[in-house]
Amino acid sequence: MAADDVSRRSGLTRAPWVLLAPALLGMAFLVLPLAGLLVRAPWTTLPERLTAPHVLDALRLSLFTATVATAVSLLLGVPLAWLLARVSFPGRSLVRALVTIPLVLPPVVGGVALLLVLGRRGLVGQWLESAFGISLPFTTAGVVVAEAFVAMPFLVISVEGALRAADLRFEEAAATLGASRWTVFRRVTVPLVAPGIVAGAVLCWARALGEFGATITFAGNFPGRTQTMPLAVYLALETDPDSAIVLSLVLLVVSVVILASLRDRWVSAGSAA
Amino acid sequence: MSLSARLSVVRPRFRLDVAFDVEPGQVLALLGPNGAGKTTALRALAGLTPLTNGQITLDGRSLDALPSERRPIGVVFQDYLLFPHLSALDNVAFGPRCHGVAKAEARRTAKVWLERVGLADHTAAKPRQLSGGQAQRVALARALAVEPRLLLLDEPLAALDAHTRLEIRSQLRRHLSDFGGATVLVTHDPLDAMVLADRLVVIEGGSVVQEGAPADVARRPRTEYVARLVGLNLYKGTATGRQVSVDGIDFHVNDEIDGPALIAFPPAAVALYRSRPDGSPRNLWQAHIEGIERHGDNIRVHLGGAIAVAADVTPAAVADLDLTPGQRIWASVKATETRAYPA
Repeated sequence: MAADDVSRRSGLTRAPWVLLAPALLGMAFLVLPLAGLLVRAPWTTLPERLTAPHVLDALRLSLFTATVATAVSLLLGVPLAWLLARVSFPGRSLVRALVTIPLVLPPVVGGVALLLVLGRRGLVGQWLESAFGISLPFTTAGVVVAEAFVAMPFLVISVEGALRAADLRFEEAAATLGASRWTVFRRVTVPLVAPGIVAGAVLCWARALGEFGATITFAGNFPGRTQTMPLAVYLALETDPDSAIVLSLVLLVVSVVILASLRDRWVSAGSAA
Repeated sequence: MSLSARLSVVRPRFRLDVAFDVEPGQVLALLGPNGAGKTTALRALAGLTPLTNGQITLDGRSLDALPSERRPIGVVFQDYLLFPHLSALDNVAFGPRCHGVAKAEARRTAKVWLERVGLADHTAAKPRQLSGGQAQRVALARALAVEPRLLLLDEPLAALDAHTRLEIRSQLRRHLSDFGGATVLVTHDPLDAMVLADRLVVIEGGSVVQEGAPADVARRPRTEYVARLVGLNLYKGTATGRQVSVDGIDFHVNDEIDGPALIAFPPAAVALYRSRPDGSPRNLWQAHIEGIERHGDNIRVHLGGAIAVAADVTPAAVADLDLTPGQRIWASVKATETRAYPA
């Protein structure tokens, strides 16, 4: 580590200004707004603002929906990643591209698409309504659906990468010991790619927690029911800027905690494995 | 009641075509250079590589159509492939568990096997905490714990250092002789093959070039590769009576033989002379020295000329003869030291 630091420092002193100047500017651009958030925070009234009922409601709803969305993503995304990594079928690369579209799609477009399919008059929504009496839009379940739609690709990509990097021969060894495909998956594959699954789940959870566009489009903005933290921030900015800052701080803290835990525990462990 | 294998695997730039039988309790070694197809043969037996053609019969039952998990096999992989997230005990219990044995019972079985390979104190250790020799023994216990009818070992000693290898080799030999089923062992090390196997099948370029008891193979190599493995000089020639003609050099031998023949002799049987020796011994030819290197306690001299020969001489002889590369020299070998057999 010491040698690494020295080489990095000597590299810095030799960096030409033409690169160094925009680099520092870029860093300031990314860091200053966050610093501004800290400077402008109403520190004296922070405790009572944090415990205000609408803040707690939004926080509780956010944590709940992000967690459920992550659970749904794990349940569907891990098998999907396995399929993409391990089973060769015609059109696999196309499926992979389609699955990752929500990564680059503007979330609000995702929300519109969800409305068209799962809305009361949507292709699937109509059927859900008539057959089961289930209506997703503008409900807490709708929030989960919107978040999962946007966040699941993060999990799928992370787990698929881990599966591709994993040594297939362990699975062969398990097969020679009499393990069925399902046993191999459960007792060998999943434990081997656990770091990748955890990293993917954390990324997925963080993305779900910050979800705004698809949620507000598909689930609306009803306090206590579909108003998650990001929605509450946006609304508070109009009426009570200080409250918006407090809500933002909470999200910032959550992000930093996630980043720290990811870097220390799983990202490095995952890449080493 | 045995293994009968006719294996054919065809790939774009490679073709494996081998056949062999193994009796219960017998250990067969597939010996061959890297890329000869030994591991492919083993993987085909395990069901990990599909056969293009051929059949595998074990105890009268065809294995061809069965996936790996349904074959009554145990495999020890070259780098063991112990599951890194499981303890030694759970690694060994994995197989019995997959065969429907209850957890507690599987662990008891695993414990017995670990005791049998001398690792009773390491049941809780994770694979990364085990030494190479310990990991090898866990891998063996794991393969045997499913009570296979066919045991497959892929270079079981290759990953070990020289000292551990010696110890593990003799232990492995004991476990293999206790095992009642057929064993197929893949190795590129002739010593492993000689010590562990009852029969050798030598594979080169995807085909069997020689097979037989280890002692026979060692005495009568049939290819350059086998001869080098067992440390003999080997030449193809034509025999008439007690004489074998190899590239214009006539070797007098003790074996009565006619037609295409092979002649083999050890490097230590070659004598070197600076000038043509008096009394003109038989089997004399002129050569030049291509290289000189240490070989154990002796010096190995590589001779070029009509035939390429390895000769082992003492360091004192090298000094006496003042041998240097490029030098011309006379070489001879006694008829009693040669062995000639039909090609």
